[in-house]
Amino acid sequence: MKLLKNLLKSPMFVIGMSLFLVTILIAIFGPLFYAINTDRVGVPYDMPNAQFWLGLDNYGRDYVSLLIRGLGSSLYVGVIAGVIATTIGTLIGLYGGFKGGLADDILSVLTNLFVVIPQFVILILISTTFEKRSLALVAMIIGFTAWTWSARGVRAQAAALKSKDHISLARLNGDNTLKVLVVHILPYILSYVFMVFILQVSSGILSEAAISMIGLGPTGDNAISLGVILNDANRYGGLSDKNWHAFIPATCVISALVFALYLINTSMEGVFNPRLRK
Amino acid sequence: MQNSEVKIFDAMNAGRTFGHGKKLVTAVDDVTFDIKDGEIVSLVGGSGCGKSVLAKMMLGLYRPTSGTFLHKGQPITDLKEHWREVQSVFQDPFSCFNQFFTIRSQLKAAFGIYKIKPSDKEMEDRVDQALLAVNVKPSEVAGKYPFELSGGQMQRMLLARIFVLRPKVLIADEPTSMVDACVRANILDYLMKLKEELNMTIVFITHDIGLAYYVSDRLFIMHKGKIVEQGTPDDVTVHPKCEHTVQLLEDIPEIHKEWIKK
Repeated sequence: MKLLKNLLKSPMFVIGMSLFLVTILIAIFGPLFYAINTDRVGVPYDMPNAQFWLGLDNYGRDYVSLLIRGLGSSLYVGVIAGVIATTIGTLIGLYGGFKGGLADDILSVLTNLFVVIPQFVILILISTTFEKRSLALVAMIIGFTAWTWSARGVRAQAAALKSKDHISLARLNGDNTLKVLVVHILPYILSYVFMVFILQVSSGILSEAAISMIGLGPTGDNAISLGVILNDANRYGGLSDKNWHAFIPATCVISALVFALYLINTSMEGVFNPRLRK
Repeated sequence: MQNSEVKIFDAMNAGRTFGHGKKLVTAVDDVTFDIKDGEIVSLVGGSGCGKSVLAKMMLGLYRPTSGTFLHKGQPITDLKEHWREVQSVFQDPFSCFNQFFTIRSQLKAAFGIYKIKPSDKEMEDRVDQALLAVNVKPSEVAGKYPFELSGGQMQRMLLARIFVLRPKVLIADEPTSMVDACVRANILDYLMKLKEELNMTIVFITHDIGLAYYVSDRLFIMHKGKIVEQGTPDDVTVHPKCEHTVQLLEDIPEIHKEWIKK
């Protein structure tokens, strides 16, 4: 409760959280207030007008509908990728950091191996091996390639905690490794893990946009994400012919979403770390 | 009461290193000593001399990397069994308990070392008795979280844990270094109470040779991982053989020294 109070005192958190909540509300409740129609309704790249506020895309589809759908998909991909990446990273980091020795060396080498190979390259390579890619698959591919930094961060935190007296005491109480990790280390780094999760969600959203931008995003007729909208704009002349409405709104939505998550993350750091507290 | 036949700990050229290659650090270097049943032995040395590592070796938390380290004539293998007999209180009372659980639940967690746990009622009773033994009202502190208690109270909670488990051997790793003088006297009283009640063997780890002089049957002086001198408090303080012991003695405040001379 006190934590929440502190968070609410931070303007960064309030702005970030409101922005994020607005995007979530639009993604979830938008379809209730706005008749979503992703079929062809007019001529390609029709300019914004009273009926279609943001105009039409290259297939003559309504951009507002596409953006609301795309926002939902991007959030979906971001959250699933975030959950996967954070879980893998936390498990590997916790175990390696706490155990130390050979287990840590092996896990560190594995992690560093994935760190030095650019994630985007792996993302491209894995994506190309799948002919058909659902949103969930894209989310999983991103999640399984993005865990490295969280693993490193969590490892450092766990390693710092392992020499604390309460860990020694827990061992003298006969607690096994699993119990020590779950009961005596995880609670201490939960706030850190949560911050990592938020960053992973935002990087998941960006990765989806990037991979879709080069045409390796979700496939299928109803696969609409913010990245796919940008890819279409890129492929079908949206970037020329003054068709600003083809890419500016989608770019703004992605930026707002990621910006909101970064604000939340940064403000949390200030609250969780007493030294940064004002 | 001393039974000189049983050696609680018996170390022969025991050592412990960390890391490897260029980063090799020798924390405990070729130590040979024994500790007999019912003795109070103080391990004295400056920071980083390896006394805490040696303490953790006695607890079985670190295995020796060289030499032999025996508990009652046997290498330490079954840790849970070892911890039923050998327990510890640590230096920093604030970091000793998990901040997310109540004192009662953490004192009860100590029963984890038993093969068969007592009934819940019995565990509660033993926790209550242990708290009373360190002059704390169970109803006042047991339901609290560690961060709600003062340093002195926390150190008592650590001792209450020992009263719960009633081990044969206690490794006390600087239990008085982070508390004020008044609490320090209290803690020493409780340690003596434990010693009398259970005929406990106590290994008292400290950098304060003055304090060690009062409480112990024998003193071990450690320097850079080695035990450089061992003997009765009088031998060590009156006729120090080693320069490091002299150094430690010189570091005692003057007023302390006058007491020792008496």
